[in-house]
Amino acid sequence: MTIKYHVLEETLLAYAAGELDNASSLLVATHLALCPKCRRAAEIGDEIGGALIETVAPATMGSAALDSVMARLEEFALEGSIKPVAATKRGATPVLPEPLRSRVGGDVDVLRWRRLGPGLQQIRLDDKSGGPSVRLLKIAGGRSVPEHGHAGAEMTMVLAGGFHDAGRSFGRGDIEWANADVVHQPVADEGEDCICLTVTDGPLKFFDVIGRLAQPFVGI
Amino acid sequence: MTQRTLSAETAEDATHLMTQIAVHQDRDAFEALFRHYAPRVKAYMLKLGSDGALADELAQETLLMVWRKAAQFDRAKASPSTWIFTIARNLRIDVFRKNNRPELDPNDPALVPDAEEPADEQMDRVQRAKLIRAAMKSLNEEQAEVIRLSFFEDKSHSVIAEELDLPLGTVKSRLRLAFGRIRKELGEDVL
Ligand SMILES: [Zn+2]
Repeated sequence: MTIKYHVLEETLLAYAAGELDNASSLLVATHLALCPKCRRAAEIGDEIGGALIETVAPATMGSAALDSVMARLEEFALEGSIKPVAATKRGATPVLPEPLRSRVGGDVDVLRWRRLGPGLQQIRLDDKSGGPSVRLLKIAGGRSVPEHGHAGAEMTMVLAGGFHDAGRSFGRGDIEWANADVVHQPVADEGEDCICLTVTDGPLKFFDVIGRLAQPFVGI
Repeated sequence: MTQRTLSAETAEDATHLMTQIAVHQDRDAFEALFRHYAPRVKAYMLKLGSDGALADELAQETLLMVWRKAAQFDRAKASPSTWIFTIARNLRIDVFRKNNRPELDPNDPALVPDAEEPADEQMDRVQRAKLIRAAMKSLNEEQAEVIRLSFFEDKSHSVIAEELDLPLGTVKSRLRLAFGRIRKELGEDVL
């Protein structure tokens, strides 16, 4: 299956520049694992950084810097080239790619979901760095996320199953990007739970009755 | 001992130094790499808001990490300057956000691999680095400015928009144009 909806180019550039907040970076890096096309584009972002570092006017290092670093080389043994891979079930392709899998502490079988409303569960993944909030959402097949708007932008990436929203359908790796002024209602495809990673800049604003009732006590 | 003066002036030289470090733990090669890159990494840290002492320290730590990770340097995947930029960028994020930058793991079994590219179509990374530098020189002033502000001034797109007194959408479209131009120079399809 081919990914249809990718990371926006300016977001990839912000990620390469080191300017993207941690929550959005988690989504972008997880998309890169699934998308060779964006991976290549992100590499070019890194290469732009490399070209800038090569051409910047050099600063003057402190007089003791070189000696001090040379004296410390011994304490840093060279690392091997093989990086250990996080444990997964033998042979199975994990549903959650890295770096998401390490963030949640394992693949989908270890997740501890919290109920949000009918057919809707979540796991919050915010770290202490501030910025937008990031969560996993599980929408039961055929159910919808209550119609909502956002105080800021929202990025939602499918990891399992799929959903459709306003005539477009999203599968594994696809990202739906919604602006602050968009009110939308994603509906999970029939027959399979849909698991998404969602980054929201500002709180969600629900419009229907269930959403409005649920909002005060579910902390979405 | 070689009589040749070790230098990192060109990407070929720097790649040679990286190999010497990875294979022979060559301290002379490391010293040459340090002399070239530490002042550049320090300039990067200064531009991104560190004071002199911190920028010096972060540049030292970046180069120590280059030594430690030298065996992971893959000349088929990155030029030395690109690789060192990513180490400096990530170190800075780890220090300032007290959190690691989320990064993909190239050994992840969930990673969807690239479509195989015939070896003769793969461009040498040193060659690519030259093309990218040439492409960046060909950007118009507006495009070069948003790239520089984003990568080297620690400015989010909305802050850039404020400072240049432009709508956010204009900043984003300039970035996309600049990116598209660079990618075109490399012969890449644009998304
Ligand atoms: Zn993509």
